[in-house]
Amino acid sequence: MSSDQDHLKETDTEARFEFKKEQKAAFVAEKGLTEETIRVISEDKDEPEWMLERRLRALKQYQKMPMPTDWPGQPDLSEVNVDEIVPYIRPDVEVRGGVDDWRDLPDDIKDTFDKLGIPEAEKNALSGVGAQYESEVVYQNMQERWEEKGVVFMNMDQAVQEHEDIVKEYFMTKCVPPSDNKFAALHGAIWSGGSFVYVPEDVTVEMPVQAYFRMNSEGMGQFEHTLIVAEKGSEVHYIEGCSAPKYSAFNLHSGGVEVFVGEDAHVQYSTVQNWSKNTYNLNTKRAIVEKGGRMEWISGSMGSKATMLYPASILKGRGASDNHITIAFAGEGQNIDTGAKVYHNAPETKSTIESKSISKDGGRTNYRGLVHIANGAKNSSTAVECDALMFDNESTSDTMPYMEINESTVDVAHEATVGKIGDEDIFYLQSRGLDDDDAKQMIVSGFIEPITEELPIEYAVELNRLVELEMEGSLG
Amino acid sequence: MATLEIKNLHARVAEEDGEQILRGVDLEVKSGEIHALMGPNGSGKSTTSKIIAGHPAYEVTDGEILLHLEDDDFGDLEIPDDARTWNLLELEPNERAALGIFLGFQYPAEIEGVTMTNFLRTALNAKIDEREELLFGEDAEEEEEEAGYDTSPMEGNVDDGEVGVAEFQKLLKEKMDLLDMDEKFMQRYLNAGFSGGEKKQNEVLQAAILEPSIAVLDEIDSGLDIDRLQDVSKGINALRDEQGTGILQITHYQRILEYVEPDHVHIMLDGKVVKSGDASLASELEDKGYDWVREEVYEAA
Repeated sequence: MSSDQDHLKETDTEARFEFKKEQKAAFVAEKGLTEETIRVISEDKDEPEWMLERRLRALKQYQKMPMPTDWPGQPDLSEVNVDEIVPYIRPDVEVRGGVDDWRDLPDDIKDTFDKLGIPEAEKNALSGVGAQYESEVVYQNMQERWEEKGVVFMNMDQAVQEHEDIVKEYFMTKCVPPSDNKFAALHGAIWSGGSFVYVPEDVTVEMPVQAYFRMNSEGMGQFEHTLIVAEKGSEVHYIEGCSAPKYSAFNLHSGGVEVFVGEDAHVQYSTVQNWSKNTYNLNTKRAIVEKGGRMEWISGSMGSKATMLYPASILKGRGASDNHITIAFAGEGQNIDTGAKVYHNAPETKSTIESKSISKDGGRTNYRGLVHIANGAKNSSTAVECDALMFDNESTSDTMPYMEINESTVDVAHEATVGKIGDEDIFYLQSRGLDDDDAKQMIVSGFIEPITEELPIEYAVELNRLVELEMEGSLG
Repeated sequence: MATLEIKNLHARVAEEDGEQILRGVDLEVKSGEIHALMGPNGSGKSTTSKIIAGHPAYEVTDGEILLHLEDDDFGDLEIPDDARTWNLLELEPNERAALGIFLGFQYPAEIEGVTMTNFLRTALNAKIDEREELLFGEDAEEEEEEAGYDTSPMEGNVDDGEVGVAEFQKLLKEKMDLLDMDEKFMQRYLNAGFSGGEKKQNEVLQAAILEPSIAVLDEIDSGLDIDRLQDVSKGINALRDEQGTGILQITHYQRILEYVEPDHVHIMLDGKVVKSGDASLASELEDKGYDWVREEVYEAA
């Protein structure tokens, strides 16, 4: 940061805080979760009655359900106190437009952007506080091209207004009902923002649909909902661009993702996420895959204090298939509990799960997986591979692959490897001229290569750099 | 022309009550020479090679390893007068590599996800950078990382480092032609799924790319069939003939020495070089075995 900016920061800090406090009173819901809060949110968004009812039902679910506490080896959630959470902050146009607010971000976040080599304009956009005029234009152009084919891609709040019939049919009804788990219920009650993607029958969206813009318009939303409906024979690749660290005003992120893969349709959902180190990242992501459809989950989970995330696919129709590739990185004080769930509910369904985790400095990674093959899902196959890489003896990695197989004519494979990063491997690279850090970095880059290979180049680059920064211990 | 000088080297396994393995090794290898280091299992040959390269599993208890550099060692680079002799024991493994030491492994590591091309170019650039830093100090150059990726981020930046992608491809092709290697090798991951023979050939290729002054090749002949042995031997001879590398060839058997003819043969027993001679010493060993040396050495003592 320039000394000029430093100067500004010093002189204006107090004033800006005062300013923000005043603003908050006008925009921010009361702390804690009450029916009244939910009504305020819904009214503020000018939502139809049915959405308010769904929110309220979800709230009741949430209040009934216990916190998950007894999973073997699960992250400690005792600090998660929803009563302390401010569940909703209306996106503030002035804040969004104000470039000044870049300076309000914590230093470690700004530092990370700098280390990622992201230019100032882009930083502002990524952090959700800056104007993003250029991107808006690009987005508009692309949107026009898609619109001609009937593709819809917009903010979820907007979709409730403009595509009410589709949203009403799919939103938390068939895929992720609020009753699924406590945080799905919480999400159902206070969700805000997110992406809505609709691809009509037989339409292929050649370019990946990227949700970078969303972070701008959403600003502070930490309960975003993503709904993707891909009709029969369509194809789309959706990328969630939270590849930059998000500044979380509060420390709970509980997103929801629902994907509907129609007959013979193909959806790829990719995300590289890096949360600030005080965030509890508790999400529910699920896809329903019809006959011959194909779902691919590609995800990199970085950052957060604790993550519990198990993207799931329900293979509902004959010949449906699923492919999971996940990577987790846990450093000091972090517990990343992630994996995959696949339900084989029809014959000839196929799934592959490839999970990679890296832990260092006492970090803890868990792979928690469930593959369920229903009675009657004949000739289905699944292959699960988990690889864990540890840097030191303080770090931990567990693999908990549950398999429920209720059919005999199936092909099931599971393979797990856990290894400490090899001294011999490091020495080999050092003997060729790489220093110790570069050698470790090269081994880790190679380790995560199956994921970077699946991502568009700019995301792959960013993922690599994030991993490099984590390796140096210089993030957040 | 560089000289590797090992004087009275004593070393043990770097752990509590670690076994003493080397008990006074003396050796001198010059660029352009081929030395064979022979001896039975457990005599300390591999340990010697690893210590030269800086393996952390061993602790040197006495003696020294010096590297003397001469002007022609790094092409046009002028070596400062006060940087002509280096005590390798004070340097990290990558620094030793930068100064021209290469270790060919008996069991090279397999690194998934890292292509040969990416690895070799990264290694070459790291070596060039480190060399400049060692010879001319920290301020020699500070590497800039900028965008500008070529085909894949895993291949690194186009402009990253001294040797760019295009220049490296050319160099690589040259060296692979020299060693009769198949180019499709280069898109494979480093040693992953390579056969024993391919791994050994790959070690020689790396030495050809990195152009060390001294290459220590640890049982590079083990597990090779006769065709591969000939290929690998051809590569080793090319290292010496084309780039003047000095070779310290560690082997159990005389077999490879039929193809890579040594100027000097050394026999190691119980952590010491006990006998040195010319190529005929190797054939004598082949006929009489190590017991003969053992008897001769211990009777004389």
